[in-house]
Amino acid sequence: MTDVGTDSDRLTRAEHNEPLLEVIDLKTHFQVEGGIVKAVDGVSFTLDRGKTLGIVGESGSGKTVLSRSIMRLITAPNVITHGEVRYDGRDLVTKSSREMKAYWGVEMAMVFQDPMTSLNPVVKVGRQMTEHIRHHLGVSKSEARATAIELLKSVRIPEPEVRIDNYPHEMSGGMRQRVCIAIALACGPKMLFADEPTTALDVTVQHQILNLLRQQQKDRFMTMIMVTHDLGVVAGRTDEIAVMYAGKVVEKAPTNQLFADMRHPYTQALLWSIPKVSQPKHTRLNAIAGRPPDLISPPSGCSFSPRCPYAQEKCHIEEPPLTAGAAPGHQFACWYPVGSPENEAAWERNLAAGVPQTLAAAGKLTATEELLETINLADDTSDHEGAGA
Amino acid sequence: MAKIIAARLLRLLATLFAVTFISFMMTKALPGDPAVAILGQDGIQNEELLLELRAELGLDEPIPVQYVTWLGNAVRGDLGESYINRGQSVAGTIGQRFPVTLQLALMAIIIALLLAIPIGVIGAYRQGKWQDQASSAGVQVALSVPNFVTGIFLIWLFAVKLEWLPASNWNRISDKGVIANLKTAILPATALALTQMAIFSRLVRSDMIATLQENFILSARAKGLSDRFILFRHALRPSSLSVATLVGINFGALLGGTVIIETLFAIPGLGFRLINAISQRDILVIQGITVFIATGYVIINTVVDLFYSVLDPRIRRS
Ligand SMILES: Nc1ncnc2c1ncn2[C@@H]1O[C@H](COP(=O)(O)OP(=O)(O)OP(=O)(O)O)[C@@H](O)[C@H]1O
Ligand code: SF4
Ligand SMILES: [Mg+2]
Repeated sequence: MTDVGTDSDRLTRAEHNEPLLEVIDLKTHFQVEGGIVKAVDGVSFTLDRGKTLGIVGESGSGKTVLSRSIMRLITAPNVITHGEVRYDGRDLVTKSSREMKAYWGVEMAMVFQDPMTSLNPVVKVGRQMTEHIRHHLGVSKSEARATAIELLKSVRIPEPEVRIDNYPHEMSGGMRQRVCIAIALACGPKMLFADEPTTALDVTVQHQILNLLRQQQKDRFMTMIMVTHDLGVVAGRTDEIAVMYAGKVVEKAPTNQLFADMRHPYTQALLWSIPKVSQPKHTRLNAIAGRPPDLISPPSGCSFSPRCPYAQEKCHIEEPPLTAGAAPGHQFACWYPVGSPENEAAWERNLAAGVPQTLAAAGKLTATEELLETINLADDTSDHEGAGA
Repeated sequence: MAKIIAARLLRLLATLFAVTFISFMMTKALPGDPAVAILGQDGIQNEELLLELRAELGLDEPIPVQYVTWLGNAVRGDLGESYINRGQSVAGTIGQRFPVTLQLALMAIIIALLLAIPIGVIGAYRQGKWQDQASSAGVQVALSVPNFVTGIFLIWLFAVKLEWLPASNWNRISDKGVIANLKTAILPATALALTQMAIFSRLVRSDMIATLQENFILSARAKGLSDRFILFRHALRPSSLSVATLVGINFGALLGGTVIIETLFAIPGLGFRLINAISQRDILVIQGITVFIATGYVIINTVVDLFYSVLDPRIRRS
């Protein structure tokens, strides 16, 4: 088994409170016939121990590729990776798949988007929960089973002694996702990735699962990355949020700071697109106008410029760098950040010129205040709805 | 589960009825009169003798009546007697020869699977790499060589050149013991196995490639399990439904399809006997063996059907 760092070495790193994860200018590109798909294009961030980072963006913005790249789970033969992923001080990008096996499951684990397809349909839940416990921790079959039953209990599955002998198809979606979470937690990973863990589930079940994840993350002092396309999901459940667009982080801030003072027009557009609780499930209040950019040949200048209601001449020519804002930890990449006088001037100019996306956005602007109120920013990890999911 | 088995058994009975009827009718349709075949040239001269023999054999009855009589006897294990070797019961012949053919077919399938599974799995795992290309090329060769050519090659190599194994003949387990039996069985079984291996490994490979794209394989990887464990304990079972079907079909086909190899290796199996009977117009033997093989075929496919639900627990519900 590959060594993942001596204990004393790691202890010192933990004592000195060095970040668990440092991602430095990570690029994950795919060579395809039409060119190079820049799915992740120069992402950097650090994540402290015990903290939760939310990664938010529309479909296709590169969230899944980013989280899988960090975990080194991408095996596509056409992948080109640059940059560094420093986990507990060691660069993972240079490690082979074989070396990564010492990290997967034990150091870092992932809960996937679709619990219906991420469990093996022909293998009982019990074996799927115990096989990696036995593999990594070298315990006996009965010990592993006892651990698995405990885990099922902790993710609030009723009658765990019975459920452990079920096949996945004998369980509901919510219950399967609980099982997936239990599987991810089984070997006590320090770092948990949750890639849209609730998009495939019912709205009521979604909250229970999200709260369960938050609860477990706190109880076990795990470091977590939660991926979603829904700003409402990460509000109140994360410490920090990174907003992704076209493979890049366009805004990053502590969660409360972000909601109090979002600066990037794309973040604002995401907020406008949050589904309202009162609406039937899966309907969007306002989808963002326009299409996500072509990742092979993205638009020149700011990649959001074709859809941005504030876009000016400069935006189409020059790409805005990710720069620090006034508040600590707040970064954004925009020439005319929301809330600035330049932004207001740009808005008026576009409105007067009758720029279509600006006109479309004008209808949504009034709804912003009301929307912010509906998002629950309080840290709500209690699970009153019970475990019936 | 019990309900499913009961339903399958009912279907099995209906199929068997149809299968025996069709095989019976088909042998009836063979040209030539068995009474003439038995009596030879003399019989054609002697009208009285011919009619007498026909009556004795029940050939003067209407065909449906003949079928019912035959079926009634067959159910009790009486398949009649050979017209040519009078006194030799068809059931007895089958009882003596079937174990030989069954052993050949079983060994061929087992050898084929033992080779095909690893070859298919490696081909899928190393898709496009040299391991895959080498095994695909080998499979292509195995597929294009007829099994009697393989048989001749095996005889030349292992019997003639190396002198490790006998070139022909058959040792019965009951007479000479297991080792001596296997020595005579291994070459013909391998000759039969190679084509099967080629077909099976292609199926395993293509199904496996599809399975390896599944999300649950990615989640197994993310748990840090070894590649070998993922391939054989997660991916193989969901990838083996089509190969299981084919094993059933081909096993049944082998029971009736070992003729050439049995002839080449001078093996006293069912196929060898069937060919004999056909050339002699020994109708009851043909009928008996045909119905027996067809029945075996149907039973095997029923077993394979039931085996699906073992492979895929989701089927058990429906
Ligand atoms: N193996 C690959 N080859 C080529 N392109 C790929 C490959 N894998 C992913 N991509 C592309 O990378 C881009 C980012 O995809 P990704 O799955 O990360 O988006 P996402 O933000 O997770 O979206 P979603 O919300 O739909 O899950 C997409 O355009 C996708 O087509
Ligand atoms: S840089 Fe320009 S186009 Fe890009 S988000 Fe800011 S205002 Fe919009
Ligand atoms: Mg995704």
